[in-house]
Amino acid sequence: MAVKVIIPTPLRAYAGKQESVDVQAATVGEALLGLTSRFGDLKRHLFTEEGKLRSFVNVYVNDEDIRYLQKDQTQVREGDTISIVPSIAGGAS
Amino acid sequence: MPTKTKTLTASHAAQGAASLSNEEVLRYSRHLIMPEVGMDGQLKLKQAKVMCIGTGGLGAPLGLYLAAAGVGRIGLIDFDAVDFTNLQRQVLFGTSDVGRPKITAAADRLRNLNPEIQIDTFEAHLTSENALDILKDYDIIVDGTDNFPTRYLVNDACVLLGKPNVYGSIFRFEGQVTVFGYPGGPCYRCLYPEPPPPGLVPSCAEGGVLGVLPGIVGTIQACETLKLIIGKGEPLVGRLLLFDALGMKFRELKLRKNPECPVCGEHRTITKLIDYAEFCGIRGEEAPITVTDIPEMTPRELKERLDRGDDLFVLDVREPHEYQICNLNGHLIPLGELSRRVHELDSSREIVAHCRSGKRSADAVDFLRKAGFRKIWNLKGGILAWSDEVDPTVPKY
Repeated sequence: MAVKVIIPTPLRAYAGKQESVDVQAATVGEALLGLTSRFGDLKRHLFTEEGKLRSFVNVYVNDEDIRYLQKDQTQVREGDTISIVPSIAGGAS
Repeated sequence: MPTKTKTLTASHAAQGAASLSNEEVLRYSRHLIMPEVGMDGQLKLKQAKVMCIGTGGLGAPLGLYLAAAGVGRIGLIDFDAVDFTNLQRQVLFGTSDVGRPKITAAADRLRNLNPEIQIDTFEAHLTSENALDILKDYDIIVDGTDNFPTRYLVNDACVLLGKPNVYGSIFRFEGQVTVFGYPGGPCYRCLYPEPPPPGLVPSCAEGGVLGVLPGIVGTIQACETLKLIIGKGEPLVGRLLLFDALGMKFRELKLRKNPECPVCGEHRTITKLIDYAEFCGIRGEEAPITVTDIPEMTPRELKERLDRGDDLFVLDVREPHEYQICNLNGHLIPLGELSRRVHELDSSREIVAHCRSGKRSADAVDFLRKAGFRKIWNLKGGILAWSDEVDPTVPKY
């Protein structure tokens, strides 16, 4: 399935400055693997040494958090959008 | 000018004998003539107590619109003084306010906008010791802070006190807004159980921010706050609004209450405020990224050595747009490209790496030492320190 992965601003520097990347995948896990094999620098920002998704990064398929779906086993359909949403704190300074 | 002698009371005032003076009726007439607000709504606004945490980028439009709308009691908490670099986005302040405590400048501005309302000021840090006490007197809390420990503190305090937390955050040209802590809705920890390790997500000072961005996001926070007070419209409960200023796109993601949330879940383990600095510094599966034992050279030393004619290679790891602001004629390899372009460097030469303030270049030196470079130093304090200590004609930014 062709899906679009939206890259959040803090991570665009590690994804060739792109806002979104198209990947072929059947699950979210495959999509993220496809993304990080294309952009190696992105891997350490998204995953720990043990290969787990970092706790301050959330992933959505369309508008649903994968934690409440099947996590990285969540299946994706043609045209789905995967969003990576890291926590940001800027506000006052 | 209408006098205050006649008053107009609603036929069924929500709480007690609240009323509007003739002057207030005129001031808020554009609210009163809308059925969605009307007299009932305006009285609710008058009786509402909102605490604005932070009077900076987000706090500026927030404070202004809440005051303009007639929120009867507005609390402001900030410990900072107005800095020159704030004026690019913190529109509560003027150039003449630079150096003044933000809280005083903010209160002056808001009281001038609307003398009818009560402004409470707290020139203080919000901490685990004072948060519950300070926040308990307000109905709604609005989070306009700029660091992770405080965001977790505010969240936990709001959950413990049962107060909605209108959350907004920004980064460069992206923003997030939602309402946490609403009955039945998620809290911040439902979304992000743990913070990133320090140093991984840059602040506005390090990453920059489009000045108007907190203006937009803070105004949305004000809007949500007003909606919660008057009880109209659909608040962003369980919805994360994502805003991209460059693409001018709004998106929405669903936020769910996490049944295992340690602070708002069914089997909560957090029942009092904790040490948030520790939580953000040590918690998480990753250790904080600290760079130690980096060999340094001060700007003065660098100047002396260059004047002597030493064969030093100056490596600038900033971005091209920063190089245009000012530079030391260094060889530019942005930090993000260093691993791919390391072949441009000659490890037999002495190399001094610099950036704006010395942080990114410390990372660069760390990386290069691990790659086998031995004759490498970090310029302490970066080009900012060079401007301070060697050449004041170099602009600081």
